[in-house]
Amino acid sequence: MHDDQTLLSWVPRLRRYARALAGNRDDADDLVQDTLERAWSKSALWRGSGEVRDMRAWLFSVMHNLHVDGIRRPKLATVLMDDDTPDVAVAPTQGERLAVLDLQGALDLLPVEQKEIVLLIALEDMSYAEVAATLGIPVGTVMSRLSRGRERLRSLMEGRDEPVRLKVVK
Amino acid sequence: MTPNPPPPLFPPITEAELHALVDGQLTAERQREIEAALASRPDEASRVESYRAQKRELRALFDPVLDETPPQRVLRAAQPRTPWYLQRLAAGIAIALVSGATGWGLHGGVSNMAPSIALGQQGPASITMTSATGFAQRAAVAHAVYSPEQRRPVEVDAAHEDQLIAWLSKRMGAPMKPPHLQAVGYALEGGRLLPGGQGPVAQFMYRDESGSRLTLYVSNEIGELGTSSDTSLGKAASTSANTPTGANQDTAFRFAREGKVNVFYWVEGPFGYAISADADRAALARVSGEVYRQLNATVR
Repeated sequence: MHDDQTLLSWVPRLRRYARALAGNRDDADDLVQDTLERAWSKSALWRGSGEVRDMRAWLFSVMHNLHVDGIRRPKLATVLMDDDTPDVAVAPTQGERLAVLDLQGALDLLPVEQKEIVLLIALEDMSYAEVAATLGIPVGTVMSRLSRGRERLRSLMEGRDEPVRLKVVK
Repeated sequence: MTPNPPPPLFPPITEAELHALVDGQLTAERQREIEAALASRPDEASRVESYRAQKRELRALFDPVLDETPPQRVLRAAQPRTPWYLQRLAAGIAIALVSGATGWGLHGGVSNMAPSIALGQQGPASITMTSATGFAQRAAVAHAVYSPEQRRPVEVDAAHEDQLIAWLSKRMGAPMKPPHLQAVGYALEGGRLLPGGQGPVAQFMYRDESGSRLTLYVSNEIGELGTSSDTSLGKAASTSANTPTGANQDTAFRFAREGKVNVFYWVEGPFGYAISADADRAALARVSGEVYRQLNATVR
């Protein structure tokens, strides 16, 4: 079903998603490279008569796992906030401290679990069911995170939220 | 709740439906109903417009990546793997030709917080990138912290080499004998014990005639991948070969750079070795070759 050239054909789209996810070219290409290496090490799953049918969902889920592992590892252990946890309310700011972020800056401030969903839908045109399958979460969770992610992005870009940090231009 | 609620719609519009409208994932009929209803609901209508704009802008921002030429390392990783024996051969050649090799200079920061690391991908990917970069990064940081020390570069100096060996061997749970590097211009100054990612690591410090320092960082916490329990700093590989191509299957030379510090590192059995210095890659490769040779020499 998928042959030896399959991975090569996915490189552009993996790179696009990784760039949006990681925020800079080098980290993104590291992520793509790790994803491809992992994919080769599990090639029995997708080559020939392997069980993987939806190559996109499988590859993006490999990347998702590596990305989440990668950002978790060097830090202290953290616990993802529950979807029922309200977003931390940030006091509105006044005057010159009010900053309108560009899209990349705003994206970098999104929690990763929201960012992934916003991006898979915007860049890959995935259906909600495909996103759910890729990330291994229920569709209801996809919807609630999508809603929070888009709303947060909107408020960041409209300058209604104080940015947690100002972005250094790369 | 708003003082003037919008006119009711049946069935009411859910949050999920607003997004499904943005994403074209509604039935045609429901889409028409909701679009009609939004005419009298400016708040929702403006959110929908804003979310649509987000999608357009995300595509505009990231679609250009599709047309970029991917870096070689990515293209290589996408292609079918070379058989492992060719890769090991490549690793052997890489250590000899390290300064001339292409494909250096990729950054491997594991997160935005982590200092960036440049990795050379010449060898087999037998250790995961993340654990390897973490290891090389700790080695580079340890080098950067201790090598400028004038008064206390080491905990136990080379004059007490026997004590140093006994102490580090005991704490590391394996014989730790520093290689002798006079042949490549470095004299042992001593060593210290440091915290690694999970447990102790040993750092040996060397200096050349000009006073430039070089550190050898040895960790046994890469361990799960290793099989041979008798592997040690004194007699690393169970094979008698003294070239990378004939060595333990885990061997893969990698190169990293963090700030001014260059790091040459590899994994052998349960051990990770990293050689760090401000020296250039060629000098570092010579030292690495010598260390590797001594580790793999048959037990003397």
